[in-house]
Amino acid sequence: MSTVPIVLKTEGLVKKFGGITATQDVNLSIAQGARHALIGPNGAGKTTLVNLMTGVLEPTEGRITLEGVDITRMAPEQRVQRGLVRTFQINQLFASMTPLETLAMVVSQQQGLGGRWWQPLGANRKVVERCEQLLSLFRLTEVMNQRTEVLAYGKRRLLEMAIALACEPRVLLLDEPVAGVPAGEREELLHTVAALPADVSVMLIEHDMDLVFDFATRITVLVNGAVLTEGTPQEIAKDPQVKSVYLGHGEELTHG
Amino acid sequence: MLTLLFDGIAYGMLLFILAVGLSVTMGLMNFINLAHGAFAMVGGYLTVVLMQRYGVPFLLCLPIAFVGAGLLGAVLERTLYRPMYKKPHLDQVLFSIGLAFMTVAATDYFMGSQQQIMQLPEGLRGRTELWTGGPFELGMGHYRLFIIAVCAALTLGLQYILAKTRFGSRLRASVDDSRVAAGLGINVNVVFAATFAVGSGLAGLGGALGAEVLGLDPTFPLKFMVYFLIVVAVGGTSSITGPLLAALLLGVADVAGKYYVPKLGAFIVYSLMLVILMWRPQGLFVRKGGKS
Amino acid sequence: MKAMQDSLLVPSRFKAWEPLLWLVAFAAPWVVPGHALIVNEIAIVALFALSLDLILGYAGVVSLGHAAFFGFGAYTAALFAKLVMPDPLTGLLVGMAGATVLGAVCSLTILRGSDLTRLMVTLGMALILLELANKLDWLTGGSDGLQGVVMGPVLGRFEFDLMGQTAAWYSLSVLLGLFVLARRWVHSPLGATLKALRDNPLRAMAIGINVQLRLAVVYTVAAGVAGTAGALLAQTSGFASLDVFALDRSADVMLMLVIGGVGWLYGGVLGAVVFKLLHDVISGITPQYWTFWIGLFLVVLVLVGRDRLLKPWSWFGKPKAQGESV
Repeated sequence: MSTVPIVLKTEGLVKKFGGITATQDVNLSIAQGARHALIGPNGAGKTTLVNLMTGVLEPTEGRITLEGVDITRMAPEQRVQRGLVRTFQINQLFASMTPLETLAMVVSQQQGLGGRWWQPLGANRKVVERCEQLLSLFRLTEVMNQRTEVLAYGKRRLLEMAIALACEPRVLLLDEPVAGVPAGEREELLHTVAALPADVSVMLIEHDMDLVFDFATRITVLVNGAVLTEGTPQEIAKDPQVKSVYLGHGEELTHG
Repeated sequence: MLTLLFDGIAYGMLLFILAVGLSVTMGLMNFINLAHGAFAMVGGYLTVVLMQRYGVPFLLCLPIAFVGAGLLGAVLERTLYRPMYKKPHLDQVLFSIGLAFMTVAATDYFMGSQQQIMQLPEGLRGRTELWTGGPFELGMGHYRLFIIAVCAALTLGLQYILAKTRFGSRLRASVDDSRVAAGLGINVNVVFAATFAVGSGLAGLGGALGAEVLGLDPTFPLKFMVYFLIVVAVGGTSSITGPLLAALLLGVADVAGKYYVPKLGAFIVYSLMLVILMWRPQGLFVRKGGKS
Repeated sequence: MKAMQDSLLVPSRFKAWEPLLWLVAFAAPWVVPGHALIVNEIAIVALFALSLDLILGYAGVVSLGHAAFFGFGAYTAALFAKLVMPDPLTGLLVGMAGATVLGAVCSLTILRGSDLTRLMVTLGMALILLELANKLDWLTGGSDGLQGVVMGPVLGRFEFDLMGQTAAWYSLSVLLGLFVLARRWVHSPLGATLKALRDNPLRAMAIGINVQLRLAVVYTVAAGVAGTAGALLAQTSGFASLDVFALDRSADVMLMLVIGGVGWLYGGVLGAVVFKLLHDVISGITPQYWTFWIGLFLVVLVLVGRDRLLKPWSWFGKPKAQGESV
């Protein structure tokens, strides 16, 4: 029996804000090539966990390892350079730049050209080719020359994801990628999420249970900052504890 | 040496009254108002004009200065400042510098560019010397004593309003998070307007009080703006004890610096500020959990 | 693919009117020699404004103390000419180098904190330097200023003449040279990461950009350019005085940039021209109340918004780099 390597692991992760414990002793492992989902009621601490993993927040206790390397004290930008990339629940984009410029900038940065000051942004063919691919993949080609601030919300959400992918992630953390996206545009986004390369390990935070059950092979349930349980979608769907947590909040955990 | 401390405290308390409005405005509306000194100047000139041309007694001028500057603040807040709250900081800086320039030039035009002489009432002149000749010699100018007393009373009054009244709790809620406060039914606009008016009024009062000590001429807003900003930057904007302590620190440091090392002058104050801001960019006295 | 590449490259290519503009600028000292001194002044402040644009327009750092580097460059170059050697270009490089080093040191101060903190820290720095220059009067001449800076000929051939023509061409050349470099800089991948940093520092960090390092780098470079402008001033006017550090200078240059437009490089040049002309015209009419009109202008400008107020300037087809701000 082959064991799939673990790419991202947290051990005993704790985060306290003054008197409030937002994250309680979380042990989470994401396997290579995983399609892992993190679910839980509002306020469970899912985004806090992502912030801890990416370095936006410093843990009070615990350890985080990325592909075997201890990244607990590592600066956020260094984690990105090692392949740990995230998207934000609320779009974090560059208002004055167009999608083309944004992606060209990110790809250049990713390919190590971010420090070059003597060459114009569009000069490198490989960069432009990669941008072409990404724009096409995320259906952004028609709007590529419009400033981000004038784009429709759905397009912005696509750009949000495109930026993350332009970083060539090895581990991708998606924070509610379809939140607020109109039903018609969810398809585009879902399709692209499903089409992610198999060697990219993905952890998805989502409330939409259809998406979760379509996408995930493994689910972790987070309640009040602690892991309630973990398992396959079938196990989670049948778990009475999980049901009560969700039914208690007025949500139904159903899937065909 | 005690005299220096005394003078420094008087100076510091004056700075506090002058700057507290700026600090609260900054924390409440997230608005950098570089024209704050103009309100102080208005209070000062109002006092001088009333005293010299209409013979109004000094003590009466003080509340008039407060009300006058406060009214001006209320009017300007409603008309000019309100559209500026949402704008980027750069715009706010430019806007308020523009206002400051306009007031400076207008004052120069109407009142002339010379220093205004303030005639203090008899009771406030003079000096009391204690423990003369000893190491703890204390020379207290009566006017400075008066300043300390008035400012201390105002400070206590402010603390009381903030801590014990409903307006105070509305204000504190709005400072912490104005969106949530509005959601709770607090009329944030009224809170803003009232706070701005009171802050400007206090500045006016400070200008009137301080005219004798700090001098009063059309360049007042620009000259002292730096000091007000130091008080706010170092003291933080989430409390009033922060700016109070910062102002006292600044007052004492400035007075002591100018006495002991006159060669270095204001250098000490600026360097101190730089060091403090580098060590704690949010200011020295930020309340934990408050907005910085 | 080609179309896409073109879209990216278009902003970096020289527009037709650009060489024309520079031609006119260089012809001016020859065509109207009586105004050569003004042309020199404008070139110097344009360079200063350009340096501020690098941090304000392209990296979002609000500074009220940029004159610190201008002044430091001025005094360094002046002292170098007096104490070491009067060659202009060497002095220029020394002034630039000095200001760059100061910029690198000061960049540590602007890395953290809010806009207000940055404002105070930059202001404080300039004021400290002002005080230092004032107190170290054995070196700097104190409030009298550093007099008697006599410069040698540029490149060993072009003497500084009384009309100011050599000075004007000298400054214009330096301006053009640095402008071209700055242009490359802002249109490069590095420039794009700086724009990203300005727009959204959180996301910039989340895509692998070392925000603090980039900020420090751009601040250092901007300081060097500002110092070069200061050095030019000292060299072409023959002295350096305390007002090179004054708040006025920092405020004026910010004003120029705002008038001309933040974030498109030519804003500094345009602003410098307009500001100087306005200043001369208005000071001619009401010498004391220049402050009032400039204040009024600022207030109206911010309230109304650049676009509606300054329609004629949008003929140049400048790209609006900043969303809501002026």
